[in-house]
This record gives sequence, C-alpha cells and structure tokens, in this order.
Amino acid sequence: MKAKQSLGSRLAEGVSGGLVRVLLIVVGLFWLVPTIGLLLSSLRSPEDIAASGWWKVFTEPSQLTFDSYAKLLENEDITSSLVNTVWITVPATLLVVIIGSLAGYAFAWMEFPGRDWWFLGVVGLLVVPVQVALIPIAELFGSIGIFGSVIGVVLFHVGFGLPFAVFLLRNFFAEIPRELLEAARLDGAGELRLFFRVVMPLGAPAIAALGIFQFLWVWNDLLVALIFSDSGSQPITVALQTQVRQFGNNIDVLAPGAFISMVVPLAVFFAFQRQFVSGVMAGAVK
Amino acid sequence: MTSATAAGGVKPPAVGKSRKSVTGTRRMVAALFLLPALVLLGALVVYPIGYSVVRSFYDQSGDGFAGIDNYKALFTDEGIRTALKNNIIWVVFAPTVATALGLIFAVLTERVRWGTAFKLVVFMPMAISMLAAGIIFRLVYDQDPDKGVANAVWVGVHDTFAQSSAFPKAHPGRQSPLEPAGGGAFITKSPVRTGETVSLPLVGVAPDLMPDGAKPAVAPKPEPDKVTGTTWQDFTRGKGVGTLNRVDSSELGYAGMRIEAVKDGRVVASATAAGDGTFTLPASADGAQLRLPNSNFKEPYNGLDWLGPSLVTPSIIGSYIWMWAGFAMVLIAAGLASVPRELLEAARVDGASEWQVFRRVTVPLLAPVLAVVTVTLMINVLKVFDLVFIIAPGSSQDDANVLALELYRKGFSEDQPGIASAISVFLLLLVIPVMWFNVRRLRREVRR
Repeated sequence: MKAKQSLGSRLAEGVSGGLVRVLLIVVGLFWLVPTIGLLLSSLRSPEDIAASGWWKVFTEPSQLTFDSYAKLLENEDITSSLVNTVWITVPATLLVVIIGSLAGYAFAWMEFPGRDWWFLGVVGLLVVPVQVALIPIAELFGSIGIFGSVIGVVLFHVGFGLPFAVFLLRNFFAEIPRELLEAARLDGAGELRLFFRVVMPLGAPAIAALGIFQFLWVWNDLLVALIFSDSGSQPITVALQTQVRQFGNNIDVLAPGAFISMVVPLAVFFAFQRQFVSGVMAGAVK
Repeated sequence: MTSATAAGGVKPPAVGKSRKSVTGTRRMVAALFLLPALVLLGALVVYPIGYSVVRSFYDQSGDGFAGIDNYKALFTDEGIRTALKNNIIWVVFAPTVATALGLIFAVLTERVRWGTAFKLVVFMPMAISMLAAGIIFRLVYDQDPDKGVANAVWVGVHDTFAQSSAFPKAHPGRQSPLEPAGGGAFITKSPVRTGETVSLPLVGVAPDLMPDGAKPAVAPKPEPDKVTGTTWQDFTRGKGVGTLNRVDSSELGYAGMRIEAVKDGRVVASATAAGDGTFTLPASADGAQLRLPNSNFKEPYNGLDWLGPSLVTPSIIGSYIWMWAGFAMVLIAAGLASVPRELLEAARVDGASEWQVFRRVTVPLLAPVLAVVTVTLMINVLKVFDLVFIIAPGSSQDDANVLALELYRKGFSEDQPGIASAISVFLLLLVIPVMWFNVRRLRREVRR
C-alpha cells in the first residue's frame, strides 16, 4: 500500500506529521508550564516574586534559593500537618484494602443468603457524593467525641473508599480459577489460610491498584479534612488552605508547601504508573 | 476520585463459571468477613443518606418541620441560584471539553514515537491534589502580566497585533503651549512656521516607565525650510529645580513620541521624536498646528482579569480541564487500542481522508468509551469544590460559587444545616440515574 502512495500524498503526510509534532509539543508545554511555574516560584524569595514573574530566573539564575523551603521546614504548623497527612493516609489506605478484601472475597466465593443483592447494594453506593454525609457524620462524630480527630478523618475516608474497594476486589477475586482454591482446600487450608495464602497473593495486582488509588485520594483530600480535623489533626492540605486567603503575602509558604505536598503523590504516580492507570480504568471502562 | 471514576460502566465479572463456595462456608464465617465493611458502610454512607433526607425537611434548628421550604430555597436563595447556574455551566462545558481534548490527544499521540512521554505529562496532574492545582493556577492567573503567565502570554500576543503606547498619563504642565485636543490627544495652541523651533513639554510619566531609548533632551536648533522641535519630560526632581518649558540638563527626551502636523483637520506631515526628543518636520508643515495623537498616551494593555467576576468560572474550568483531560485521554487511548486496525486501514484504502476516517470510523467505534468518560466527568464536576474554593479570590468567590461550595458555606459557616441538607439531597438525586444504571448493568452479570 505504502509503495502506491503518490509523491504528493507522501508530502502531505510529512507536513501533517510535522504539524502534529509541533502541536503536541506546544500542548505538552502548555501542560508543563503551570507546574514549572510553581516549582520556580517556590525557589525564589518573596521579594523577587512580588517584583517579577518566575521566568525571570532564566535570565537571573542567581535568584534561585532554598530559603523558602528552609523556612517552611521550621514552621511547626506545616511540619506537624505533614505528619498528620501520613497518619491519616496510611491507616485509611490499609483499612480500606484489608476490609475491602475480606468483603470482596466473601462476595466472590462464599455462600450466604442474598449475597448478590448485598453486593448490588454496595455497587449502588459507588457514586454517592461525599457531600451527603458531611453534616450527618459531623453530628455523629461530635456526639461520640471523635470530631476533630485523626480517627474521624480516617473513618470517613474508609467509609467512602469501601464501595469502590469491594466492587473492584470482588470482581478481581471472582476471576481466580476455582481449581486453585479447591486445591488449597484439599490441602487442608481453612478459610483464613485460603484468604491470606491464596486469594491475597493472587489478587495482588488489584490490591495494588486499589491501594495506590486510595492512597492518592486520601493524601490529596481537602474537603473531608477541612470539616473533620481541627488545628491539631489537620493534614497539609488544610494547613495550606488557611493561608490562601492572603495569597500574595503567603506565597513563600504556599508555593513550597504545595510542592512538598505534591512530591509524594508524584513519586507514587511515577513509580506505580501501571497500577495507577489500571485502577483508573477499573473504575471507568472495561 | 474513587467514587467518581467508578461512575460509568462496570466491569462484568467472570461469567458462566460456578462460584459456589469451595469451602462449604459456614454462614458465621461469611458474616465475619463481611461485618466490618457492612457496618462501616451502613454507619458512614447509608445512615447519612437517610439522615440528610430527613434533615432537609426540618428548619434551621432541626426542631420544626419545614416541609419543602429548604428545597424552595434552592431556587430562591441568591447564592444557591448563582451556584446552580455555575454548576450548569460546569457540567455542560468541563466534561465535554476535557473529553474532546482527550480524544484529540489520544488519536494524535498514536502518530508520534514519544507519545508515551506526552501522555505522562498530560496525565500527571491527576496525581496531585486539587489544592496544589489551585495554588498553581492562582499563580498562572495573576492579573499582573509581569507575574502571571496567562496574562504575560495574552499581553504578548495582544501587543504583537496592537502596538501599545509608550507615554501613559503624560499631560501638559503649567503654562504649556499645548492644550487638549479631545480623545486624549494634545495640540499646540498656535500654528508653527518653518525656520522656527517648537517646544512640546509634557509631564507626568513615571521615571521607570520612560522608554529605554530616552536620552537627555536637547533644545531644538532652527533650520531653514523645516520645522524643528523637541518633546521631552519637562520635570526635574526637587523643588524649584529646572525651568518651566525650557530644556534642562537632567530632563529626558520622549523617545519615539509621534508628532503630527495638522492643517484644517488634515494630517499634512508627521515625525517621530529621536532619543533626545528632537524631531524635524518638512516645509509642508508650515502654518500647521502640531498634534500629539492619543496613540501616544493610551494606557498599556494589562491583559484580562482572569479571576474577576465575569471570567472566574471559565478560568477555573480551565484549570479543571488541565487536571482531567489526561484521565479522558488515557481511557480513550485504551479504547482506541482495541479498535481493529483493519477497519481503519480498509477505510484508508477506500480513499477516505484522515479526517473522514476519524469522523466516520474512529469516533463511532469509540462512542461507548466517550460516553463513559463524559458521564464520569459529569458526576465528578457536580461535586467540584476544592478548585473553586482555592482559586476564586474572596472578591469573586460569590460569582464563582458552585453547589458543593454553597453546601459547605451553608452547613459549616452560616449554620443552615436544613438548606445544606437539601443541597446534598439534590446532588444525590442528580447521580441516581447513574447509580441505577450501574446496578442494572451489573445485575445481569451477577445473577447467572
């Protein structure tokens, strides 16, 4: 086919190929520039930021400084909120993975009355907006005394992470070949052993995808923590949010703070791209 | 993200296989496996739904039954109405633009070798928080073109096509030979003659705004058959220093000022001032009045007020698209990978152009994926909160309002839990069709 192409059409293809390349490079820059702007802003002094745009560092590289970062790491509000972010994110992720796996396995391989109806009920909860629960849970947590604590934030994230977790893992576990489970059973494995030694390892790809997804979701959350944490338990997103009202004056906290809060999700993203993408896909198509 | 991306289609589980228990589970064990999940879901998701529905029918304090008053507020309260209007704009534009861009990127990246790198760049914003994205775009949308990259680019493009002026705010001082000519221009009070010199002093240009080429002004020298003159900043810092309407040593020329000779309302000659402010007009200017046209004095173009009342919602939607176009792209690219290549090749062999292949083959084949992506984004957009909360400055936050933000305000800063509950129930009602679709689709698979 290629051989039959006329010179003209080949030329046209070459030109349009070049056009596509230029277009994609421009779009790529368009997508990169905002983040680069944040990074370079975080590496300039507040005086320089007030005086000129971040692109000035290309002509005056001497402006680059780590001062804002150094100051930020001495800021107790910020450092303690970073610790809180970890204390919220890690348990919220582990709990969703563990509780979701147990339920996913039960829905996939155990027999009990109304199994499929229960599962459909969980599926129905997939798209419930968190907004519906903010006021009721605030009152509930208030009455049992965990409003404003890390525990409350974690619990809320677990609750709203579970429908997706159960849905994803149940579907993945259901595809485990029956023979494998039967073989393990014949070897005398009990239910728990079966779960930990066969189902969990075989389900590792889905569990990883779910874990990364939930991790990023909780790490990046603002709204839930804004409502359910207090000044002692607030994560980095809430700590930074309090500075936004006076954006210009607080830029030396906001820019490096935002960048630090992005480092972990970006590292997770680049390290586990494949799992992340498959988590996204499991959520939407297929 | 979890519940958001889980919106559309649902993966059918293994079909036709028996999934009967291999262990002969006792019900007790099954209950133990399920208990943690069901208790948490019940307490944290199901119970709140019921609570919100009931609460939405009670008044502010929660003691008195309010009927549908809270729902009436959805359509009468000023803040909620703006939020509703903005939510409609969001739902119409954000998902469609993000999906369209995702489709274009997915198709185009197939044609370059570094497509994966491109995808990585566009997909990356999905990993960061909306708070970080909000801070990023607060910087991008800074009004000052010297600081915000959006206006820097916009002003750059604008000034390429429309020359900006060099002397904003320049105006005649005391006892000046110039008078206003209307429309911001200035004109000499009396006509000029060849062989004479003209002084065109002005004041009012800030020192740092003087053009780079400005040199110390030089008094004009008369030339036969020509009109010569000087236009300069007639101001010397310090009281009593410098002479009015006379060129003093430290005063700068208005480099690049345009001067027109006007006779009977027609421009007969024109000149541009040199670095030292001197200019020369030919003999045809004899008897004309000299005019400094208003193009010299226009305010410099400062770009758009991205976060002002009229543009704030489109601007924030722009930042949302920056975050989510990558999501659409990745899903559509996966769909594209499963489109049979032979179909596309067959169309090309039949003489279809690339555009026709795209329009008549690729897009129809991808229709289901496009629908899922759009619906998922719509659900996500309904709940948009962080971006608006962070990017919209206090002065225009009312104009940028959306339902989720209004719910937060009503529920947690204005102490109106009844109305806030009504907003949340309204949001829930909007996603019920998708909920129903998910369940129905899965039920067919599950019940085999």
